[in-house]
Amino acid sequence: MGQITLNQVTKTFGDVNVIPPLDLEINDGEFVVFVGPSGCGKSTLLRLIAGLEDVTSGMIQIDGSDATTVPPAKRGLAMVFQSYALYPHMSVRKNIAFPLKMAKMDQAEIDRRVNNAASVLNLADYIDRRPGQLSGGQRQRVAIGRAIVREPAAFLFDEPLSNLDAALRVGMRLEISELHKRLDTTMIYVTHDQVEAMTMADKIVVLHGGVIEQVGSPLELYQSPRNTFVAGFIGSPKMNFIEGAEAQKYGAHTIGIRPEHIEVSDSVGPWQGVVGVAEHLGSDTFFHIHDSGLADPLTVRADGEVGFSHGDRIYMTPREDRIHKFDAQGMRIG
Amino acid sequence: MATQHSRSAARLMLAPAVILLLGWMLVPLTMTLFFSFKKYLPMRGDSMANGLDWVGFANYTRFVTSSSFWPSVQTTLVIVGGVLIITVVFGVLLAILLDQPMWGQGMVRIFVIAPFFVMPTVSALVWKNMFMDPVNGLLAHLWKFFGAAPVEWLSQASMPSLIMIVSWQWLPFATLILLTAIQSLDSEQLEAAEMDGAPALKRFWFIILPHLSRAITIVILIQTIFLLAIFAEIFVTTGGAFGTKTLSYLIFQRVLESQNVGLGSAGGVYAIILANIVALFLMRIVGKNLDA
Repeated sequence: MGQITLNQVTKTFGDVNVIPPLDLEINDGEFVVFVGPSGCGKSTLLRLIAGLEDVTSGMIQIDGSDATTVPPAKRGLAMVFQSYALYPHMSVRKNIAFPLKMAKMDQAEIDRRVNNAASVLNLADYIDRRPGQLSGGQRQRVAIGRAIVREPAAFLFDEPLSNLDAALRVGMRLEISELHKRLDTTMIYVTHDQVEAMTMADKIVVLHGGVIEQVGSPLELYQSPRNTFVAGFIGSPKMNFIEGAEAQKYGAHTIGIRPEHIEVSDSVGPWQGVVGVAEHLGSDTFFHIHDSGLADPLTVRADGEVGFSHGDRIYMTPREDRIHKFDAQGMRIG
Repeated sequence: MATQHSRSAARLMLAPAVILLLGWMLVPLTMTLFFSFKKYLPMRGDSMANGLDWVGFANYTRFVTSSSFWPSVQTTLVIVGGVLIITVVFGVLLAILLDQPMWGQGMVRIFVIAPFFVMPTVSALVWKNMFMDPVNGLLAHLWKFFGAAPVEWLSQASMPSLIMIVSWQWLPFATLILLTAIQSLDSEQLEAAEMDGAPALKRFWFIILPHLSRAITIVILIQTIFLLAIFAEIFVTTGGAFGTKTLSYLIFQRVLESQNVGLGSAGGVYAIILANIVALFLMRIVGKNLDA
């Protein structure tokens, strides 16, 4: 079981109000990702759930019982830290066994669980090494191993992949997702990387300044962002925002159109501009277009084979059904 | 800095310092060795100018067969051991205390470090006259306040008093090194241990103490080197009486009070050997912490 409910939770550090009253429901077995820019309070929120910070007011419920003042060790949650926080003087085996040893479990059971975790995470080859002798990805696995042996109600991940290189990050992302499918335990995952959020989450919680901007599945957020912040944060490259006369035509203060929802042509289209930089990724090409009179630059995604280059005049057609309309407050219309 | 030319230039420029340091060490060492094999009693008219008689190992045998030798070795080891235990244990506790966020932390840290700046002679005098004096000392007044008879610290409890004085001087050093070590501990490790269900005492035992082991090793090694040679504190307080005669104090007495340079030098050579044995012993015990 791993159902977590936050009820009117607030957190202030001195005079700074990091989290205004916040409600959130996390269901059992869900993979929830807290995503937002740096300083949006997502890590603080995770630490509140973990019990490493005290809430200023409000209530945290875990599996239906009040856990607001329960110490971290008694909440039945396991956390994987950004720095992995492995104990450097202990071998991998002892690191993984540590929580079990603290729970005064008998040695046979500890050995069984540690060996099990080691085989699940492919740690068996270096079980007797110290963390200092391991690579970043291996340390990450040990940290996850230390979390899973406790069989917690929920896993908390605090930006676990941000210290890994790009290739390893993609691999670990997949491993964590697979682990979630296999264990079917609630996971709460904090990241500033919207790609991680989109690929891993069942439910994304977009935070901005401690406030939840939107909660929903990755596709919901992508298809119908509630406001301009979510619209701009989810999706890569960023959505184009167009104000002024063009937006007025749609009866909105601002319209948003994603780069992938604009078609390009060398002769026809309602919008036109001059290609600034063309980023060729092979599969796709991103054009940054200037002098369109709409947004500067306007970003457009096209196939890898589309051959515009710097200084070319380009014509664009937005897909009408994929235009997002926002009012003057940045809230979604329709 | 890796070319042949730059390497030889570096050697050339280092040479004066190296030669000076080598001379600084080798000249006294050779002279000590030289005198230890000679009969050299300045008061009896022996002098370098007249030539000194070679006596072989006579000084060495005489030094160790003296009734003061083994007690002095024991005293030395007790003082070193006692001070090490006190400074390390209280150093760790003080370091943890000073690491807690509190008002006026900077000032408190300076106060704690202050005793280290006091010269050994001065601090021993302060302790002797202001605290341990059986008539006017602060401790005597304290004892009297509770109706007890004042303790004559330096004669009745000479060794504990001496260990206390020296510990007071070295505690700041230990605290300072251990405090910097504690501050370098990743707070996420402590949080991870907390989530793993380790209460405060177990966090101390399993996380903080292992983290400090390297710093403790350094404190022990450095302090041992200096503590083997403590002199001023004994000279000022007991003058080597009441069983506080350490090896270095015995050597001082042989050379300056008995005016026997040869015998004192032989004692000096023993002191070098003792220091190396202790150092080797310590390195073996704690050395594994240094390369981990």
